[in-house]
Amino acid sequence: MITSGIDVGSVSTKVVLLLDDEVKYLVRPTGWSPRDAGLQTYEELLEAVGIRERDVQCKVGTGYGRVSLGFIDKAVTEIHCHARGAGYLAGAGGLVIDIGGQDSKAILTNDQGKVLDFVMNDKCAAGTGRFLQVIAAALGVDVSELGELARGRQPLEINSKCTVFAESEVISLLAKGEDKRDIIAGIHRSVARRVWGMASRFAPAGKVIFTGGVAKNPDVRERLARAAGCEVIAPAMGQLAGALGAALYAKELALKK
Amino acid sequence: MMRPQSMIIFDELRNLNVLTVQNAKREGKKVVGCYCTFTPQELILAAGAHPVTLCGTRQEPVAAAERDLPRNLCPLIKSSYGFAITGKCPYFEAADLLVAETTCDGKKKMYELMGKIRPMHVMNLPHSPKSEEALAAWTNEMQVLKDWLAEKFEVEITEDDIRKAIKLMNREREAMRRLHATTKVKPSPVTGVDLLVSVWTKGFNINKEDGIKLVEDLTAEIEEAAARGLSPFTGETPRILLTGCPVGFGSEKVVRLLEECGASVVAFENCSGYKALDRLVDEDPNKDVMLALAEKYLSIPCSCMSPNEGRLELIDKLAKEYQVDAVVDLTWQACHTYNVEAFVIRDYVQNQLNLPYMQLETDYSESDVEQLRVRVQAFVELIQGE
Repeated sequence: MITSGIDVGSVSTKVVLLLDDEVKYLVRPTGWSPRDAGLQTYEELLEAVGIRERDVQCKVGTGYGRVSLGFIDKAVTEIHCHARGAGYLAGAGGLVIDIGGQDSKAILTNDQGKVLDFVMNDKCAAGTGRFLQVIAAALGVDVSELGELARGRQPLEINSKCTVFAESEVISLLAKGEDKRDIIAGIHRSVARRVWGMASRFAPAGKVIFTGGVAKNPDVRERLARAAGCEVIAPAMGQLAGALGAALYAKELALKK
Repeated sequence: MMRPQSMIIFDELRNLNVLTVQNAKREGKKVVGCYCTFTPQELILAAGAHPVTLCGTRQEPVAAAERDLPRNLCPLIKSSYGFAITGKCPYFEAADLLVAETTCDGKKKMYELMGKIRPMHVMNLPHSPKSEEALAAWTNEMQVLKDWLAEKFEVEITEDDIRKAIKLMNREREAMRRLHATTKVKPSPVTGVDLLVSVWTKGFNINKEDGIKLVEDLTAEIEEAAARGLSPFTGETPRILLTGCPVGFGSEKVVRLLEECGASVVAFENCSGYKALDRLVDEDPNKDVMLALAEKYLSIPCSCMSPNEGRLELIDKLAKEYQVDAVVDLTWQACHTYNVEAFVIRDYVQNQLNLPYMQLETDYSESDVEQLRVRVQAFVELIQGE
């Protein structure tokens, strides 16, 4: 059976093809058109894997662009897709913390992987991937370099939660001659504390699984573990959790048909 | 989606109500603007005046209000004040007097500013619903309001006038209760948005008898639809109890979103819904009439009360009577009392009622509709056990 999950996030579009238990995937920037990004990434992956569209039995869309995808069979929210995908990658149950491009969420699941409760950040982008992008730009580094730069450094105190104010604060710290790497460590700690502040209402919840694009940053991961006071599992394919969860929903739907 | 015919009357009523108020004014009738369900409308009626609800539920005047008020204040307070200073609310324009209460801090400080625009009386509402001293003080506040109205309108307010007004208001409450009760049927014969709009519109109908008649007609029509098994929903549609801050036309986005995402809002525990209808004023002719009023109004379980156990009791009762599948707690941004109380409500709903619970914090603007949609849709998925 072949099914697909299309996760159109605010920053990147992730498409997963599930060929029985084999996972094929492709990640592309979303750009300005979520609908085109979803369809093009999907078609590109089909071509790369050599599968015809009509052989895909079911497609589920998720992410903020899910409502604009015309070619999917069903849209499921990222809350449920991330929980499902994270459970598949790291074993069902526990607390799933996802930090994406413009939101962060904490999802409490039971041992069957069922979502029991969830919480999302407020409508601003503080403590999300977008926050890190803005700070990276202010520091003249790429967002993918942040993790390695900050590892083992002494974090500086960053007080602003707002992305715009934090950027000003970072610029002031640079002006004072502070080390860029300590500033980044401070930013990471502030992201970790903020996210844990939101997620801790569900603690203790067994294991903590960290997904989303920001989970690729090893320093945020370590600081989140320190804030949470427990081990934080960040599966290698954590950025794909939403798309993978969507493909698993698609499989379930196809089996019901 | 199937809609009761009477809803069309309610839609038109929005314009008609304005004319009714203006005509009443031309005939020399007096109009008193109120803001909360704590206002004893009985005393206004007994003074021969028309009470009208002015609580701001729309976004438009918020920007104007921010000229004088802080941005970080609840939208309801800003909307109410904004309507007052911009002259865009025909009901405010028609009001000879205003009556309000010291409910939350934001409101009572805003009323100090509003009082400069129109003659206003602010009742000193105590915040301990079960204390004898609070009841005595609140009973005295009834007397103070009565004297103020009598003086301003140069009328005598007799006990008989008040008792008649109590009977009329109780009849109105009973009619409203029956309207709310139509959604006890599973699936509900009417959408939450329609129910909300009709209840909201009724607040501007200054003629109580006409209003009761309209509500009764709508109720009869919905009941008939229910008897024929008609509904915009199915037996599987998750049934929601909405609690928290008041909602009106223009601020119904959360109700709309819930129903767009496949749920049915069947119970409104908030003060724009059922909260103030649960208890009638005691009509016992041997009871002191001011005490009877004070008892009723002090029992309204608003989050400005402390402790506010009555709210938990009402949520419990409505959750069972309306067979709800989940509870949604709406908090307007910067409404501290409802926001803090959400902690207690979450614990109670999840652990005592064993129902899914979600708190949403937002304002009257449409800026976060898509972010809210994700939460609402995920919550509906959670209820359905995806």
